[in-house]
Amino acid sequence: MAIETTSAGILGLIAIMALVTLVTRFGGVFLMSFVPISPRVESFINTMASSVLIAIIVPMAVEGDLGALAALVATGLTMLALRKPLPAISAGLIAAAAVRYFL
Amino acid sequence: MPLAHYPYQFQPHRVRAEFFRLLPISFFVMAFGAAFGLAAAQTGLSPLQSLLMSSTVFAGASQFAVLDMWGPEISVLPMIAVVFAINSRHLLMGASLYPMLRDVSPGKRYGLLLVLTDANWAVAAQEYQSGKRNLEVIIGGGLVIWLAWMIGTALGVYFGGLMQNPKAFGLDMVLGCFLLAMALGGKKSPRVLVAWLVAGSASLAAWKWLPPNMHVVVGALAGGAIGFFWLESPGKTAGEKQEDTADGH
Repeated sequence: MAIETTSAGILGLIAIMALVTLVTRFGGVFLMSFVPISPRVESFINTMASSVLIAIIVPMAVEGDLGALAALVATGLTMLALRKPLPAISAGLIAAAAVRYFL
Repeated sequence: MPLAHYPYQFQPHRVRAEFFRLLPISFFVMAFGAAFGLAAAQTGLSPLQSLLMSSTVFAGASQFAVLDMWGPEISVLPMIAVVFAINSRHLLMGASLYPMLRDVSPGKRYGLLLVLTDANWAVAAQEYQSGKRNLEVIIGGGLVIWLAWMIGTALGVYFGGLMQNPKAFGLDMVLGCFLLAMALGGKKSPRVLVAWLVAGSASLAAWKWLPPNMHVVVGALAGGAIGFFWLESPGKTAGEKQEDTADGH
């Protein structure tokens, strides 16, 4: 099934996109309301939460250019040293810009 | 369980504080909104359509992906599959907030999920690890990011790209760096590090060998499995007790 990108068609497509995205925003919480929160489930949730971040970042580092890698390394080191997000992110951006400018 | 008793109390001044706390990162979101607005205009969407998409979908990566599929007509099922796959991380993000969200009424619960996105979720999830319950950042931070996304889209639609090449300034890495900073700012224990190793490897494997856009969910679930089978010593669940020993440096 295909929708033509006429004005009405585009409205329909946007509505479908919005609905699908809403299902993802609501779905996890909705499903969890049927799951009793045992210590084991709590432990799963907590480990899974920070794993989401890692699962986003790792392919980003691998697929990205040298600038991307430099950004993540600089952010990581600064964060471990200072434990403050803003300087860490700034260091990352500067590293990416510098690597891309000079290489 | 007592009916209609929701202990989580929202504090308006904290919502405001979180709005301003995520203001710096929202400027970067605005830059990406501008990139989306420009791309949408070049693809042939009208300004109103672009703004409508940004306001109702509010999920950048999936919006860019649909622009890639644009043509005289669009196949609906593949579009649904792509949007769902890219945004399926929301399922896990929402689930991870459930221990807090069950303490607010369903109306508020689903209301604040409307503006759930990577950055505000990452803050809430990280603070929960260290025992702080912060749903205010989902609302306050979500609103400022949503506004930035809208303003950015409008700027891109009406004025073209603000910058010729945002990549040259490293702006494409803002979200990655932000998320990494959040991950490293959270609690670290041998268990968490093993989970990260597993999550990273699974994500990479899925990214290489599975259909596109599945790596986040696969990696996160693999990391979560470590938590499921490897419990911390009894009575010390995150979010209830602050673990000071893990912060030894």
